[in-house]
Amino acid sequence: MSEADLPVDADTAPGDERNESLTTYLVGLGLAALLTAVSFFISGTTLVWGPSIPVALAVLAISQMGVHLVFFLHITTGPDNVNNVLALAFGVLIVVLLIGGSLWIMAHLNHNMMPTDQLMRMQR
Amino acid sequence: MSGARAAAGFEDPDRAGPAGGSGQHQPAAERAAGGLLSKRIVVGYGFWIFLLSDIVMFSAFFATYAVLVDETAGGPSGRDLFNLTNVAIETACLLASSFTCGLASIAARTRDAPWFHLAMAVTFVLGVAFVSLEAREFAGMVARGAGPTRSAFLSAFFTLVGCHGLHVSAGLLWLLTMMAQVFAKGFRADILRRILCFSLFWHALDIIWVALFTVVYLMGAGQ
Repeated sequence: MSEADLPVDADTAPGDERNESLTTYLVGLGLAALLTAVSFFISGTTLVWGPSIPVALAVLAISQMGVHLVFFLHITTGPDNVNNVLALAFGVLIVVLLIGGSLWIMAHLNHNMMPTDQLMRMQR
Repeated sequence: MSGARAAAGFEDPDRAGPAGGSGQHQPAAERAAGGLLSKRIVVGYGFWIFLLSDIVMFSAFFATYAVLVDETAGGPSGRDLFNLTNVAIETACLLASSFTCGLASIAARTRDAPWFHLAMAVTFVLGVAFVSLEAREFAGMVARGAGPTRSAFLSAFFTLVGCHGLHVSAGLLWLLTMMAQVFAKGFRADILRRILCFSLFWHALDIIWVALFTVVYLMGAGQ
């Protein structure tokens, strides 16, 4: 069958392998193990500037999640995966709003409110 | 594993899209009646939506944890409590089990029962190792007086990590169910759909663990 015969809008279930084989999982395992090892190494090292460590950890974690999505869950950018990617994008949007919004609001609240012990003293 | 079997040209009756391998056999009913998708696609997509909603629930627990992480009420903080060697072993167990779960789904696709049972059994053993390491860590913390009632930080910690542990435990029960169903009923189309959902669930748990060990353990112990 040539490429042209394929239905353009055919969908794939997430996690459904088409041509993926052992190699895909081996590559995924290797990359994930590498990123994990770097994360654990960098969390305790003094080789890099201290405040940069949490940022590096966040970047490593996000890239490892990408490795898991691509190599284990087989989420791709192909046209058969549009539905899965759109659902994922919506999920990521909600997660970012929830976590980012909570942290933002609570940081402002802590910043703008009097410390609790002072508040208690005023009420007496 | 058994590439010969795959090359022998089995067809997945439930597979939408191009049938891998032998080109001319395209199931006519795959997009029957003007674009209806095969049940496997619909089931997998529906379960994907569930997983994303589960991840949204976890993000609420993550937000709670991030807000409460400094509220230790004079009690122990993450730096006093976390043992990164233990966490590294847990991470290795879960990552390896994700890999063997992938092997099991390849074996299911090629209808290879012995390999399927072997890969699922290894996945189960690694999952049990993960859960028991976590249970031991929790028990040790409670014994040191750092239980969930000690501070807001520890309440959030036990809720977040415990919720993930509960998911893994439920996944282990589901894993045993899938092994029993394949043993009793073989690789029927409905069983294969359940295996697809199980492997999605297991890989998603590993993704949540990546966020968890980074945010809770590495950032908590490192500062």
